[in-house]
Formats: sequence, structure tokens, C-alpha cells
Amino acid sequence: MTNETSTESRLNEMIEEPMTSEQENQAEPETRVVRPPGVIETKNMYVFYGDFMAVADVSLNFGKNEISALIGPSGCGKSTVLRSLNRMNDLVASARTEGEVHYHGENIYAEGVDPVEVRRTIGMVFQKPNPFPKSIFDNIAWGAKINGFRGNKSETEGLVQEALEGAALWDEVKDKLADSGYSLSGGQQQRLCIARAIATKPDVILMDEPCSALDPIATLRIEELMLELKENYSIIIVTHNMQQAARVSDRTAFFNVKLNDTGMRTGRLVEYSPTDQLFTSPTEKDTEDYITGRFG
Amino acid sequence: MSVQAPERERQELFPNKTEYQGLLSRRTRRARLFQAGCLLALTIAVLALATLLYTIINDSFGLVAIVNQNDPAAIVSDLGYDSETTGLADISYDEMVGLLEADVSSGVGRRLERDQRFYEDRLVFEDDATWAEICSSDTPPTGCTAGPRDQANVYSLVVERVVVADIIATNQLVPSLLDPQGFESEIATGFEAGRFPDYTIEQVHFEWRAWFNPTFLNTPQSSTPEVAGIRTAILGSAWLVLITILFAVPVGVAAAIYLVEYAKPSRLNDFIQTNINNLAGVPSIIYGMLGLAIFVRVLEPFTSGAIFTAGVPPSDNGRTIVAAGLTLGLLTLPVVIISSQEALKAVPDSLRHAGLALGATRWQTVRSQILPVALPGVLTGTILAVARAVGETAPLILVGAASFITTDPSGPFSKFTALPIQIFQWTSFPQEEFHNLAASASVALLLLLLTLNAAAVILRNRYSRRAE
Repeated sequence: MTNETSTESRLNEMIEEPMTSEQENQAEPETRVVRPPGVIETKNMYVFYGDFMAVADVSLNFGKNEISALIGPSGCGKSTVLRSLNRMNDLVASARTEGEVHYHGENIYAEGVDPVEVRRTIGMVFQKPNPFPKSIFDNIAWGAKINGFRGNKSETEGLVQEALEGAALWDEVKDKLADSGYSLSGGQQQRLCIARAIATKPDVILMDEPCSALDPIATLRIEELMLELKENYSIIIVTHNMQQAARVSDRTAFFNVKLNDTGMRTGRLVEYSPTDQLFTSPTEKDTEDYITGRFG
Repeated sequence: MSVQAPERERQELFPNKTEYQGLLSRRTRRARLFQAGCLLALTIAVLALATLLYTIINDSFGLVAIVNQNDPAAIVSDLGYDSETTGLADISYDEMVGLLEADVSSGVGRRLERDQRFYEDRLVFEDDATWAEICSSDTPPTGCTAGPRDQANVYSLVVERVVVADIIATNQLVPSLLDPQGFESEIATGFEAGRFPDYTIEQVHFEWRAWFNPTFLNTPQSSTPEVAGIRTAILGSAWLVLITILFAVPVGVAAAIYLVEYAKPSRLNDFIQTNINNLAGVPSIIYGMLGLAIFVRVLEPFTSGAIFTAGVPPSDNGRTIVAAGLTLGLLTLPVVIISSQEALKAVPDSLRHAGLALGATRWQTVRSQILPVALPGVLTGTILAVARAVGETAPLILVGAASFITTDPSGPFSKFTALPIQIFQWTSFPQEEFHNLAASASVALLLLLLTLNAAAVILRNRYSRRAE
């Protein structure tokens, strides 16, 4: 499989010098033959909470500079899968992940991989906007600072501006960077959280139902933003909203809950295909039932 | 519960309109009754507090019957001042020392001078040769090193040694206000009955006395109630607060951080948690025994300061401020841990996730995001716990607070007394005047606690506003 040193050095390289999409394309052109190898690839991943098997046997390949959506009914484990991709599930004391999650070919669950490094390159945006109770400026600068950003005052300001511009928030907040992050509206807070995530120069951004707490207009803005961010980042999004998945994503994975022999409700991957294909001609009966609203 | 007859309509199970009205008025009556009961409970609490304050204030002010051995007015006129305009406190330092020189026996004078000298450059009672000799001895008195006395200090000496005011009886505030004549006639009856054999009634004069006054706060302990004060006790209590905070806050907050942020649920951690909760309920006297056994006895070389000095240790045993402060720190520790834990738990997990998802370590997240949010709660809990500890008496008695000490604590390794000890001591004396002093010291202690609580409120408000 993988050995620890290569994983670490690989991660280190990326932390020191985040690759832009062009660099990445130049670095691995010959491997883009049929389907480009995923930026993140899960291989037979199982997640348990104690004895409870939450998701079983998930093998997914998330493409570079693509938006991949995870959809499915409540309790199907799509959030669990997402949180396993940057080891946020480690924070749940009883959680245990089996199988492998490869990030650029390296297993992030291999021994010796520090989850702190993983989370820095695979950022995350949560369901409820969760800015820090600090100024807008500090909200963004902090992530860079703790990750060793050595910029002086004007360089930090530049970084903050770049991140806010990246999250399409700059024009709205440029005159009140010292205001608390809490003073913003819900949609602005969520974009602040996205700005905060991209300020640490991640490679992948995981979004866990990022619009479920927002009104339709704020939702639309976030969706537009996702399409812009796709240029530079790979995005994996969990959503309850099928229209959203259809609007923004390139590929969609449909999860469903299956009762097993012991009555345990375990989430399983049903179908994973390009979004238009999944929504127009699903191969699985379950998928068709779900997207046509017959259940879930 | 048995299943009700299924054929009955659901609607019939609800009361009809008239039944409902009856039920409603019963419910309203019961609600009023409970409201009245809660109000009664509150009244009891407020009354108890009011009574407490009344008792203390009542004893802190009032009429006193005084006999002056030397009349201050006469002393002032003897010095050539107009006694109408000039009080004894207004005369110069040199004149005060002169009065002492004239009235105090040379033995007492030498003792006073050895405690603290009157002038930097000359001696009043002692001759230079003897002074040099006693100062070069192995145990030089404090007067050899300490600076000279100040005006207030010498004034209290004059009052104590020259005027020699003797309070022969005291009256409480409320009777003094309502019936001042009653007190005077009571004293007159006392003279007729021979209760004051040393004086005649002509010598007595009555005056108002605020036992709680600035001089009282700034004078050291004395065996003469007229001039006794609580400066040593206040300083002792201040040192105790300092050491308690220095010990309990870092240890308590760090322990709370570990338990909330790092500890995984396990048998051992549950056991530790339960025991911390139990420790918070352990009676303070048991902490006193622990402090005596560990800090005073086992750690004596440390608590007496012996390991920090090559020669003579600052204290001859472990009954020092450090030992008492650490004991109070231990007493406070469980409460600090529990309140800090509550404050940390109240910080939403979404902030932890936000920090960690940015690639921060757990410590970075705690340090920069969690602690600032939890700080108001941590501070409030801590200050309230410390305020509780300031009033503790039992552990201090066991650890060995000095009951009579007239010198200010010089550092963490000196002997000490504290406000509650002083109150306890004075209350146990038979003379009425000491009870007034105890009440005044209680006022001081209450003020100290109020200050600490106010600090808690202010800090909490300030930090929570900043977190908005």
C-alpha cells in the first residue's frame, strides 16, 4: 500500500507550496487517460460509530476541479462520508473508519499521517455558518497564521482581501473588516466561512449542506461562488437539495439506507455517475425513486 | 395504565365547557399559591440578609463612654495651640514624639523604638551604643531595618500611650440613635452600683464612635481595643487571595481544559470527574488538616522559606502565608475546575470544528477560539470561588494563622493573620469593645468580598461584550 514517509513528504510538499490547477495539470498529464484519477478516492470505506455500522463499502473517486455532490435521504451516511474525507470524524470519540481514503494516491488513514495536515489541505465548510466570535479580518487571518503564514501586516491584509474576493464577500465587507463576524447576515457568514477556508490555501473544500440554513437568494450566491471556486479547488458537497446538486455538481453520488439482517440501518452508495446522467437516466431503481420524489 | 374503553369518543375524554371553567379556576388558584410561596421564600432570604447586615452595622457604630487619662484638649493647649481649632492629630510629628518622650516609661519607649524607630537619623529612647549592639546581634529587632514611623502611626501611639482613652462602655447604633439618654443614664446607674471603681462619673464623656473608620483599617492589631486595627489582617488576607489565585487558577483551568477538550470518555476519566465533584463538597476543616499535614509539616523547608535562604529562614516553621494560601488554593481548586468545565462546555462545538477544520491543532483551537469565549465564565466562577475561600476560617486556624500579630506580613514566608481569624479572635474576647471591632472587621471583610464579586461582574461584562 503506502508507506508513511512518502505520505508525509507528499503532504508537506503541498503545504509548503500549494499547487495551482495548471501546475497540477502539468504534473500529471499522462495519467488523465480515461477518467482522471481522483483528487480523493475512497476504497472500500466503512465507518462505524461504536458497534453501529454507519456506512458500508464506499468506493468513490472525486475528480479534480469538479464539484461532486453527495445526495440521499436522511441518515444515509452522506455527511459521515464527507467528514471521513478530512478526518473530522476522528473527533467523534466512538467513530472508526476502515478501508482507505486516498488523497493524491496517499492513504490519509495510514499510520503516521497527522490529521492536522490533512484538514489543512482538505478544508471544510459546515452546515451552520460558524464564524469565530472575532473580527472579520481575524476570522480569515487566524487560519493562515496558525498554519505558519509569515506575512507582515500588508501581506496579511492582501491575503485577507484575496480570500474575501475569492468568496465574493469583499465588496460587502471591505469597509468593516474590524466588525465582528457575527454582525454579518447568515449568507454573508457562510461566505466568510468559505473565505476563511480558502485563506489557508487548501486543495479540496468539503461542504456539508452549506446552504441549508440560508434563504434562496443567499443560497444562489453560494452556488454561484461554488462554480467560481471550482476553477481552483475541488469541491465535494453534501446536499439535501436535489435541485442544488443538479445545478452545481459535475458528478453525483446517491446514497441510500439499507436495513441489513440484524436491523441495522447502514448507508450504502447506490450510484455514482455524471450529474446529468444520474438525474436523467439513473441506472438504479432506488435512484430513480428518490430523484422522482417517490421516497425520501 | 389500562386502556380506556375504545368505543368512547376522543372528544368525550376532554372536559366540557363548564368542567373546563372549574378546572381552570382551580389551576389559576394553584398557580397563585405557588407564586406566593416563591415570594415568601424570597422574603425569607432577603430578611436573613438584612438581619445579618443590621447586626454588623449596628455594632460598628454607636455611642461610647470614654474616660481620658489625659484630656487631648488640655494636651493641645499645653503645647500652646488653641484647642478649639487644633486637634491632637494636627500637631507636628516632633511634638507627638515629645509627648511620648514625656509620658511613656523608658522601658516601653525602648520597646517601641525597637519595633520601629521614630527618626531615621537619631534615636529617642535608646542610646547609640546599645542600639548598635542589639542591631549586630543574631536576632536584630525589626526597628533596625524598617524605616521610621509615620505621622498616623505616632498619632495612634500618642492616643494609646499619652491620652490613654479608656472606653468603659459601648452602645449599639440603633439604641444610640433612638435613645441616647438611655445609655447615659445606664452608665450613671453603673457608677452608682460601683461597676466602674477606677473612675468617677465626672471623668466620663460620651461621644460618637465609628468603629469602622480609616484609622481602623490602617492600624495594626493591638491588645488595647481603642487603638486596635486590622491592617495586618487585611494584608494577610490580600496575600492569601494572591497565592490562592496563583495556585488555583492555572491548575484548575488547565485541568478543566484537559477534562473537557482532551479526555476521551473512559472509566478512569469518569472516576476522576466524580471525585472532583466530591472534592468540591469536602468540608473546609478537612482541607485544613491536609494543609497542616502537607504544607506545614512535610513541606516545611519550602513553606518556611528555608530552602530559599542560605542563613536564617524567614520563618521558624511552616505556618506561613504560603502554606495557608496553598491550602485555600486546594480548597478552591475543585470549584475552579468545575466552573471552568461548565464554561468550556458551553462553548459550541461548531467553533471547535471550525478551528480544527482549518488545520489548527487542538491546543491552537482551545487557546485562540475556545478559551476567549469561555473566559467570562471561567473568571466568574473562579472569583466567586476565591471570594468563598477568603472568608474561610477553619483551615486557617488549623494551618496556624497567628492570632496576635502586629507586624505587617513581609512576604509569602512570613507569619500572618487574616480577616476571618481576626473576627473569630475578637468575638471570643469578653470585652464589649472587641465585639464592636469584630463587627467592623466583618464590614471590611464583606466589602472585600463585594469588591471581588463586582470584579467578577465587570470582567464578565467586559469580555462578553468583546466576544460579541
